[in-house]
Amino acid sequence: MSAIRFSNVGKRYPNGHEALVGLDFALESGELAFLTGHSGAGKSTLLKLIMLMERPSRGEVWVGEQNLSRLSRAQIPLHRRHIGVVFQNHQLLFDRTVFDNVALPLQISGYDPVDAARRVRAALDKVGLLAREKLNPVTLSSGEQQRVGIARAIVHKPRLLLADEPTGNLDPELSEDIMHLFEQFNRIGTTVLIASHDLSLINRLRHRVLTLQGGRLVADSH
Amino acid sequence: MNKAHDNRKARQAAPKRGAVQHRVRLQDRGRSWLRHHIEVALKALGRLWSTPLASLMTLAVLAIALALPSFIFTALKNVDQLTLGLDTEPHLSLYLNTDLSDARIDNFSRELLLRDDLLSVELISRDKGLADFRAHTRFGDLLDFFETNPLPAVITLIPRQHEPQQLAALQQQLAALPEVDEARVDLEWVRRLAAFMALAERGAWVLGALLGLTVLLVVGNTVRMTIESRRDEIVVSKLVGATDAWVRRPFLYSGIWFGIFGAALAWLLAQLALALIAEPVQALAALYLNGYQVHGLGVMESLALLGAGVLLGLLGAWIAVGRHLRDIEPG
Repeated sequence: MSAIRFSNVGKRYPNGHEALVGLDFALESGELAFLTGHSGAGKSTLLKLIMLMERPSRGEVWVGEQNLSRLSRAQIPLHRRHIGVVFQNHQLLFDRTVFDNVALPLQISGYDPVDAARRVRAALDKVGLLAREKLNPVTLSSGEQQRVGIARAIVHKPRLLLADEPTGNLDPELSEDIMHLFEQFNRIGTTVLIASHDLSLINRLRHRVLTLQGGRLVADSH
Repeated sequence: MNKAHDNRKARQAAPKRGAVQHRVRLQDRGRSWLRHHIEVALKALGRLWSTPLASLMTLAVLAIALALPSFIFTALKNVDQLTLGLDTEPHLSLYLNTDLSDARIDNFSRELLLRDDLLSVELISRDKGLADFRAHTRFGDLLDFFETNPLPAVITLIPRQHEPQQLAALQQQLAALPEVDEARVDLEWVRRLAAFMALAERGAWVLGALLGLTVLLVVGNTVRMTIESRRDEIVVSKLVGATDAWVRRPFLYSGIWFGIFGAALAWLLAQLALALIAEPVQALAALYLNGYQVHGLGVMESLALLGAGVLLGLLGAWIAVGRHLRDIEPG
């Protein structure tokens, strides 16, 4: 079964910009793939369509067995709870601790607090930040902040993990650490799609690479 | 065979690691809903507390806006109570023809006594009228110029019905009787009082509505600023699957707290204002009535004030949240 399937998807913004044109691809369940291309090639738009932050102008996007065009506005929250997302600017909240940042998706989904605490610590342990749980994320380095963002994205064990330039601000060594973290999650069955323009790193890791150019899929190499 | 069996077992076991493990039970969800409400309510209270000066300013505005109508309505209620104790029943005075004999006058007043539509009938005979006139005015000497008593006999009536229309009808009916020279309704001041009370009450409602609108706007604006300051949190929450209701909840609780505290403060202000005027009012009332007590806000009025505060706070927050929350979307 495909984890993600794009069928002739086009996205045209109200200002006339064609962000995606005739996009066709599928990501199988349990796969890890990189999405690359210059900035403005459509990487972010593609991820936004999966998250239903945007709706396509043409075509259909499927996530698992769900045709996203069938989801109403009210159904979007539940859809997002099945996906983990990591952002380039990590989107952490600086008015609460690392622990509370990671716990947010579980609170929203209505987990029992004891169960949630256990899962939060497990997620923080996985990214190597268990000792930092009581700190405010503003006191952490950017690499650590990014790992908190990753812990928040995987704390509810999503079937699908998306990352938008997760290593954008990090030096090469930290970037590779982060990528290895994604590989670990992929190894336990999570489907992972990572948008990145760090070609040298991507080429070293030897996974499937989807290349976008001007909103079109120009290469799909394994 | 064995292998196929194992495969099936593996397939059956697989979901336990995957989907089932992450499903949130309905029971948990209900409990978590309640927990979230309590948590959010307390957090909203904490936020109010974390900016004491700004909160106090907002609350002061709300309190004044809520206290003013409360004070006016309570004052009106007191005036109502006060006039209830006064003799506000309208009187009808019948001036009888002067050519009637005393026996006929006596008879006529007895006839009136039999009527159902009159509560009381009091005859002031010509002689008594003369004596009263001499006793209460300085013009007694004038009467010496007359050979006979020029004053008519007067019958004072208290009708059963108080409605102006019925009074007018009764007046016309009595004036038409052959014994009656003139029938006068003594209700000008009752009418004036009623008109004044109606006006004051209407004014209080208009003022109350305007000040209620003020509460709505103040709470709405405060909540709008809170929403702006928590934009990041709203975006992140929506990204990880928060529903509109979940995002809305803390702001609605902020509105409710503003309503509760605003109403409580308003209650204090109104009671204070009433206590300040109680003494002079009591002194004034003592001139007319014995033992009149100024009424403060009773239990029902206090609850109504609290209810109005909560409702206006919630509504103000709801409007602000409805207007601004949809604008804040990730992306």
